[in-house]
Amino acid sequence: MKTKLIASPYLVWMVVFILVPLILVAYFAFTDGNGNFTLDYVSDVAQYSPIFVRSIWLALIATVICLLIAYPLSYILTGINKKSQSTMLMIVMLPMWMNFLLRTYAWMTLLGNNGLINSLLGFLNLGPFKMLNTEGAVVLGMVYNYLPFMILPIYSVMVKIDKNVLEAASDLGCNARKTLFKVVLPLSLPGVMSGITMVFVPAISTFIISRMLGGGGNLLIGDLIEMQFLGNSYNMNLGAAISLVLMVIVLLLMTIMNQFNTDDDVVLM
Amino acid sequence: MKVLSKIYLAIVLMFLYIPIFVLIVFSFNTTKSRTVMSGFTFEWYEKLFRNDIIMSSLMNTIIIAVLASIAATILGTAAAIGINSMKKLPRAVVLNVTNFPIINPEIVTGVSLMLLFVFFAARMNVEFGFATLLIAHITFDVPYVILNVMPKFRQMDPFLYEAAQDLGCSPVKAFFKVVLPEIMPGVVSGFLMSFTFSLDDFIISYFTSGSSTQTLPVTIYSMTRRKVSPEINALSTIIFLVVVVVLIVKNIIERRSEAKKGMPIKGEKA
Repeated sequence: MKTKLIASPYLVWMVVFILVPLILVAYFAFTDGNGNFTLDYVSDVAQYSPIFVRSIWLALIATVICLLIAYPLSYILTGINKKSQSTMLMIVMLPMWMNFLLRTYAWMTLLGNNGLINSLLGFLNLGPFKMLNTEGAVVLGMVYNYLPFMILPIYSVMVKIDKNVLEAASDLGCNARKTLFKVVLPLSLPGVMSGITMVFVPAISTFIISRMLGGGGNLLIGDLIEMQFLGNSYNMNLGAAISLVLMVIVLLLMTIMNQFNTDDDVVLM
Repeated sequence: MKVLSKIYLAIVLMFLYIPIFVLIVFSFNTTKSRTVMSGFTFEWYEKLFRNDIIMSSLMNTIIIAVLASIAATILGTAAAIGINSMKKLPRAVVLNVTNFPIINPEIVTGVSLMLLFVFFAARMNVEFGFATLLIAHITFDVPYVILNVMPKFRQMDPFLYEAAQDLGCSPVKAFFKVVLPEIMPGVVSGFLMSFTFSLDDFIISYFTSGSSTQTLPVTIYSMTRRKVSPEINALSTIIFLVVVVVLIVKNIIERRSEAKKGMPIKGEKA
């Protein structure tokens, strides 16, 4: 069939610009500057394990907080009448459309020692508290930036739940709480799962949020990679090795998460 | 319960909007202070529009977003048509590779493309700049086009295309008259998604831009690294307003088309 040939320009593009670059990451990770095979860089990654642990830990906290905020919010949103519901959803999602550097910058100005929050606390004779350049600030930045990625998939699954099912549950003797835990929660699980990956993956690999809100003291995997490619400690082979490990972590997570997600209608956006 | 959920909604909205409103308020401040309003001025807006670096990177961003999203839409739509007629195994392989830029952390995609350009820079005459940026943007845009177009084929009656040909259409004509209108919603949403992602992308651009050609997000990043300047606040305010206007217009268009769908088609009655 001729139709298949129409895909060939893309297939070439895909091989050259998706597949080959990924192979190059592996190539750089396993070779030294002269192109000789070595395991040095991959084993060097082990010495950065505290940074890996911190990245996973902070991303995990941020993901859990996002879930705790987004789940009730989505539940409330689906309860609003249809007409104001889409407007409300738009208002909730609107900040996401602003460039995330600017959103993070906003928190930089709020959290600083001379920032707005500390000066307001100053009126109450409190503080100043050190908020900027802490792990807490990094988590806050993650939650603020990625919260919409949790809300959207959970909301879009919840909104599809048949109202008759909920009615049936209450007819059969479930109270509101029982309906939530026995009916809504299991049905919304696919949305929760894709929300978790959509928050966790950018959170574990960010370098902007840690750079802007964490100061120099809270390096994450993303910072480590960036430093090897564009920063002071220029070492592309080590950078490639770290990227490879990060990729493996993320792909493992996606595989685990996909076990829960049988509904392929839950698109990423 | 009702009251509680209203309070909850209000708190989340405050969390989402207060930082942005603070940025906006201080974009009109006469001093560089981020805590005390000392007076009202448009000074920072004037400075912003006279800032050549910002203006030229804005132009770059728009040009690259337009070119990349158009190229990605054509490439991706053609790809979706081809992939759709593939056998199960090659199709699964292609779709899995296509998904890589979507599921991979952006930093890995950025780094992998940078490695590609570095690797070939030594061998061919590749310089980091407009071309590398455009290639990178097309690369991360195409998967979203394919992702949007593919489901439309699933919803389409596979015999429509054959029927059109039976009724005398050439394959090309049948495609443009029958298939394209059916998949058009997917093509359009793929294009819009590509365009907005290109406009907004920072991480991949950061690794593939070099120093000569920069996009607006990359310029914003270097601004935030340097001294505090209320120009950033002014820029945020403008971007926020643009986003609000675009989303409101989008909402109005959607409501209108929904209202149209609900109305009976002329002449259909009785």
